Amino acid sequence: MKEIKVAPIKNGTVIDHIACGMAFKVLKVLGISDGEVDSTVSVLMHVPSKKMGWKDIVKVEDKELEQIEVDKISLVAPEASINIIRNYEVVEKMDVSLPDVAIGILKCGNPNCVTNANEPVETEFTLKSKDPIRLNCKYCDRELDDIVDHII
Amino acid sequence: MTKTFKGRDIISIHDFSREEIEHILKVSKDMIPAARGEKRNLSLEGKILSTIFFEPSTRTRLSFEAAMNRLGGSVVGFSDPEITSLKKGETLADTIRMVESYSDVIVLRHPMEGAAKLAADFTEKPVINAGDGAGQHPTQTLLDLFTIWTEKKDIEDKNVVLLGDLKYGRTVHSLAYALAMFGANLTFVAPEVLQMPKEVVEHVERQGGSYTSTNALEDAIESADVLYVTRIQKERFPDPAEYEKVAGMYRVDNEILTNASKDIIVMHPLPRVTEISPEVDTTEHAIYFKQAFNGVPVRMALLALIFDVVK
Repeated sequence: MKEIKVAPIKNGTVIDHIACGMAFKVLKVLGISDGEVDSTVSVLMHVPSKKMGWKDIVKVEDKELEQIEVDKISLVAPEASINIIRNYEVVEKMDVSLPDVAIGILKCGNPNCVTNANEPVETEFTLKSKDPIRLNCKYCDRELDDIVDHII
Repeated sequence: MTKTFKGRDIISIHDFSREEIEHILKVSKDMIPAARGEKRNLSLEGKILSTIFFEPSTRTRLSFEAAMNRLGGSVVGFSDPEITSLKKGETLADTIRMVESYSDVIVLRHPMEGAAKLAADFTEKPVINAGDGAGQHPTQTLLDLFTIWTEKKDIEDKNVVLLGDLKYGRTVHSLAYALAMFGANLTFVAPEVLQMPKEVVEHVERQGGSYTSTNALEDAIESADVLYVTRIQKERFPDPAEYEKVAGMYRVDNEILTNASKDIIVMHPLPRVTEISPEVDTTEHAIYFKQAFNGVPVRMALLALIFDVVK
């Protein structure tokens, strides 16, 4: 086995098996691009993978992902696997699977959708297709374009 | 399988199966004598319908009010957003929670898509969508279907030409979907910039519907049973001259109708501007005012079904 070029992390989260080229979208989804994380983040891009040929990996130190973040990752990296690390050990594997219904994690792209008015309601999108990912707004029924840009 | 109509929200035509729509059409037909005032039907006596109109509307609001009154019920409501709580910044969710305590069924028109769905989330009372922005207007679709069904005795295999603004006209989107569900043959006639959107065409295809697109109205109406005309909105055209050209291309008059079968019916959701010449009004082809009347029995049928006074 080839040596991994970035050292294992002591505590935090490893997001593995991200489709090649999608690591930066994962960073965006997690708010890392916007400076919302105050620990070290390592990004490995174009890493050989038995399963996928090539893959990306993101390691976030001292941060354990919450379910809502995992749901968001599923929209940009549905093949990813997530490991929670404590003291260099994998203590939890979180499943990344596309939810049939995505609640409160996406903003509707239709500016005239009622969910974009000041109403006390969470957005809700129904999964119409997994590959490619197609989601329709429960309220205005429009299909969401540019999913990554609409993750809340 | 037909679901019960009791207490049901009427949000989108997509919520109904063909069997359910057929049932609504049959009940609507039974309502005609009472809709005309020839027979008394007080089955909704004591019930209150609220019309919550954040956008002006003439036909939809009046026909809902007429429908409720013909069934012995009462109506409260508003249709002027200028004087309502919306102006004061109240959310739709709050307005609905207030209105539900005053009425037994809520009829909502709102400028934003998805408003009726949202309203239904905030009340146990049935909500009827009377138009949400560019979204759905299911009772218009039902009355359009009812008009074709009563005038042509059937919908299946009928040749229906949809003409005009097929891109932005919300009534034609739902109607195309429903007609495809019933097995009608569709022809879309529109200027290049106002063609039927791709997602509506996909909906039609998923229903197994057959359709053709053309911009030659003369050819399209030769074999048509129904010509459904919609208004082309001037504001969609940045150049007024371009609008005049397009609007002129698709003006329905007695001359163009000489290309059509003598039994063709001409429908329009109204209001019309210049797309149908007034000379057509006095011909047997003109069904649009009857179509507007049909809003009453169809809405009576829906109310009676929702309140479970007919099965």
